[in-house]
Amino acid sequence: MKKVYKIEVDCANCANKMEEAAKKTAGVVNAVVNFMALKMEVEFEDGADVKSVMKKVLENCRKVEEDCEIIF
Amino acid sequence: MTKKQRKALKRIIISVVLLVILKLADRFVSYGELELGAVPVGRVLRFLLYMVPYYVIGGDIVRKAIRGIRNGEVFDENFLMAVATIGAIIVALVDNGDYTEAVAVMLFYQIGELFQSIAVGKSRKNITELMDIRPDYANIEQDGVITQVSPDEVPVGSEIIVKPGEKVPIDGIVIDGNASLNTSALTGESIPREVHTGDEIISGCINMSGLLRVRTTKEFGESTASKILDMVENASSKKSRSENFISKFARVYTPAVCIAALLLAVVPPVINLLLGNPAGFGQWIYRALTFLVISCPCALVISIPLGFFAGIGGAGKAGVLIKGSNYLETLSAAKYVVFDKTGTMTQGVFEVSKVITAPESGITTEELIRLAAYVESFSSHPISKSLKKAYGEEIDTAKVTGIEEISGHGVTATVDGHFVAAGNEKLMKKLGVSYQVCDAIGTLVYVAVDHRYAGCIVISDLIKPNASVAIKALHKNGIKKTIMLTGDAKRVADSVAAELSIDEVYSELLPGDKVEKVEGFLKELGGNGKLAFVGDGINDAPVLSRADIGIAMGALGSDAAIEAADVVLMDDDPAKIAKAIRIAKKCMRIVYENIWFAIVVKLVCLLLGAVGIANMWIAIFADVGVMVLAVLNAIRALFVKNL
Repeated sequence: MKKVYKIEVDCANCANKMEEAAKKTAGVVNAVVNFMALKMEVEFEDGADVKSVMKKVLENCRKVEEDCEIIF
Repeated sequence: MTKKQRKALKRIIISVVLLVILKLADRFVSYGELELGAVPVGRVLRFLLYMVPYYVIGGDIVRKAIRGIRNGEVFDENFLMAVATIGAIIVALVDNGDYTEAVAVMLFYQIGELFQSIAVGKSRKNITELMDIRPDYANIEQDGVITQVSPDEVPVGSEIIVKPGEKVPIDGIVIDGNASLNTSALTGESIPREVHTGDEIISGCINMSGLLRVRTTKEFGESTASKILDMVENASSKKSRSENFISKFARVYTPAVCIAALLLAVVPPVINLLLGNPAGFGQWIYRALTFLVISCPCALVISIPLGFFAGIGGAGKAGVLIKGSNYLETLSAAKYVVFDKTGTMTQGVFEVSKVITAPESGITTEELIRLAAYVESFSSHPISKSLKKAYGEEIDTAKVTGIEEISGHGVTATVDGHFVAAGNEKLMKKLGVSYQVCDAIGTLVYVAVDHRYAGCIVISDLIKPNASVAIKALHKNGIKKTIMLTGDAKRVADSVAAELSIDEVYSELLPGDKVEKVEGFLKELGGNGKLAFVGDGINDAPVLSRADIGIAMGALGSDAAIEAADVVLMDDDPAKIAKAIRIAKKCMRIVYENIWFAIVVKLVCLLLGAVGIANMWIAIFADVGVMVLAVLNAIRALFVKNL
């Protein structure tokens, strides 16, 4: 299952870092950050609880980029 | 300016003011040399005072660098900046020297970041405005009053009203009214399109005159405007090789530079010591720090995706939708262009131009057309449309049974109890009908009733007015070979190809043959250049996806084509193919310019820094200045109007 979220981040490299962080989160199969459109497409594992996975994703992203935001 | 940008600007101004005050204090109050006994009070005070502007402008960078180290993400630009400035501060503290450089490096770095944020925000806005086809509301009439509702609340089949000056919110059919529509946001075409009662209407167009009542045929989310917006917004998720190269490059490059800087700081002084000379640690550390500032990869990391984003946005403005930066890259390397004929090079508006009845069958012209129209009644192929049009009356579908479509041959069915077959010569041969060969140019539909030849209907198609210009333009833009594939008869195909001077033509192909042909050409290219296939999206989905890059044209309103293709030409002008290639080439040229410019400037400055010619100020230019120039250059990809 894929979902698209709006994100807030300042620079392209930070967006890349967010992408890496999101990819490593448990329950996420793949994540693509589109810095230009300020969107993150997350592909979840089957049966994953989207809400709690996204909380983890945001947590992990905050670790690499403290002032980023994901709207979900 | 956003809140964050205003905050950054405030920090920049505060630290500049503080820095100026401290510089003046240095000049007029020489407190730096003060000593109380053996304690260098002045030196400490001066250090602390300079740390105030440093903290204001660079506190967050240092914090981010520390956080990065803790998370194992050691080498990023925060780290580079933090190490370089802290190093410069230590050098200054030891000499009781100039702290300005350390603060200035942070300052310019932040100015660069702010500029970049504004530039990116601006181009993001520009591009989204270009594609501003998202309708905000739909008008619905309830109890005689027109009310505005959100377009996604409108169910299929409702009646909506589009007033002059408004955007058509949802795809539908005009049930009342005439108007001219501005489709430029969708097609890049500035000539308005006229619609009348009964015409289909596509969301995203702007009604320029006249009130329209429209019955919606789709939900908002399925409507053309929504689909196009989705596609454009998701376009840069598909990353090009250059973008992937840059992320990989940054991953290797930053650690490599850090190691080089470390060596630069340590090796020459040690050699000096070994040779019995003064070590000169301060000088070499300063050079190493300069090295670090120069090396920041921001210019590449930001300008490459921005270039692609602008290219895709500019193409969108011209009515060329590109689904990802990777396709932009592939398109720019196209060497072979393969076309479908019908609907691509020709208008695909077939008309019955001649009817030949077989005298021995005793059938009339009208009856022949009627039978053919009935047999083909379930097909959406352009030929069946033209038959229906020539018949002109309502078709009673209940009279047609047992329809069988034989791919590449034609259709058979039972009409009024008779077995009727309509199709090409192959179908007649297959059914064992002795037919008379017709030598008119066009598409020939042979009709047999109960296995006896009844006659032949000639349907011809017109070549698009821009087709021959389009082929010339392709050759001018580095296309080595143009090829036309068609299911149509050889004679028709050859005459079209000759008129347009297309290099190669293959006719009488079944849909499967087209895939085979394309695979053959791919082998022929053998990786030297890419192959683009252009079709109208009807029946050619397999070829569109097999080619390196699939281009669908005249796709306005055709969902299938939008889904299957990598590049979508919104109108059906073949000249747009060359335009799309030129846009792709310009975009790639800009991307490569930025890559080379940034790398060369940085390497030169690194070299100068290593031998001690470049000071911190040149280093700042190499970092921030290069980035700003690269961003400005990237934005050029947006301008495609005169291509």
